[in-house]
Amino acid sequence: MTFRKYLVLASVTIFAAVGDSFLSHGMKQVGEISSGDFKDLLLAVVNPWVALGILFLLGFFVAYLTALSWADLTYVLPASSLGYVLLALIAKYFLHEQITLWRWLGILLISAGVGFVTQGPALTHHHPACSEAEADRELVGSRSHT
Amino acid sequence: MKHLYTWSAIAAIVVASVSGDVFLSRAMKQVGDVGALRRRLGSLAVVVRVLRNPWFLAGVLLMACGFYSLLFALSWGDVSLVGPASASLTFVGNAVAAKIFLHERVDHRRWMAALLVAGGVVLLAR
Repeated sequence: MTFRKYLVLASVTIFAAVGDSFLSHGMKQVGEISSGDFKDLLLAVVNPWVALGILFLLGFFVAYLTALSWADLTYVLPASSLGYVLLALIAKYFLHEQITLWRWLGILLISAGVGFVTQGPALTHHHPACSEAEADRELVGSRSHT
Repeated sequence: MKHLYTWSAIAAIVVASVSGDVFLSRAMKQVGDVGALRRRLGSLAVVVRVLRNPWFLAGVLLMACGFYSLLFALSWGDVSLVGPASASLTFVGNAVAAKIFLHERVDHRRWMAALLVAGGVVLLAR
């Protein structure tokens, strides 16, 4: 894992959390939209916060696809779930929502999960035409040589 | 009855987003390291390559299905149930699906991570 790759994972996290907050803020301004009313839904995009939110979520998607091009799905998802923590902090400091003890506990659990997964390898190496057990043995073999 | 609707919509969200994530992951593994490709071929070639990948298109379609299921679920159930239930089940579902369909080596560390994050999401919504 290089510094650039951590930067990509950080952008996955930040774009998702900030984009969601912008969307939430914008949609509160727009007000309720009845289901099936496509004109209202189209008009919502004109709200600058909603437009900015969509732009950030597009950025999230690009960063997410980039991360998936060199890391396992089971690595990228937990590693980028710090976004939930970021979202809670944005809610507390910018949207002035209360954070209960339970939420702090949830934040702690997520952070622990992120810590777990980022200590391991990012990508499973597949050896063509050889089973997982064989790959394991190969790994052990190469270790004993060094 | 409403309970049953809500939970079937949650199940639809989980199935659609888990398969969508698996498809997107498979697509991007076929495309290859985007950073290295961009340096070699340029940004436009990379975009064309991603957009022409059938797994990518199927993945985006499934993500859209997941989003519509979310809208349905939200019209039947509370956001404080639908949000965390679908997010945390998706985390665990992804770990299972990645092991079976993508042959990723999901070791103890990754199982722990998926379960901790799923539990954390549930607590966040309390």
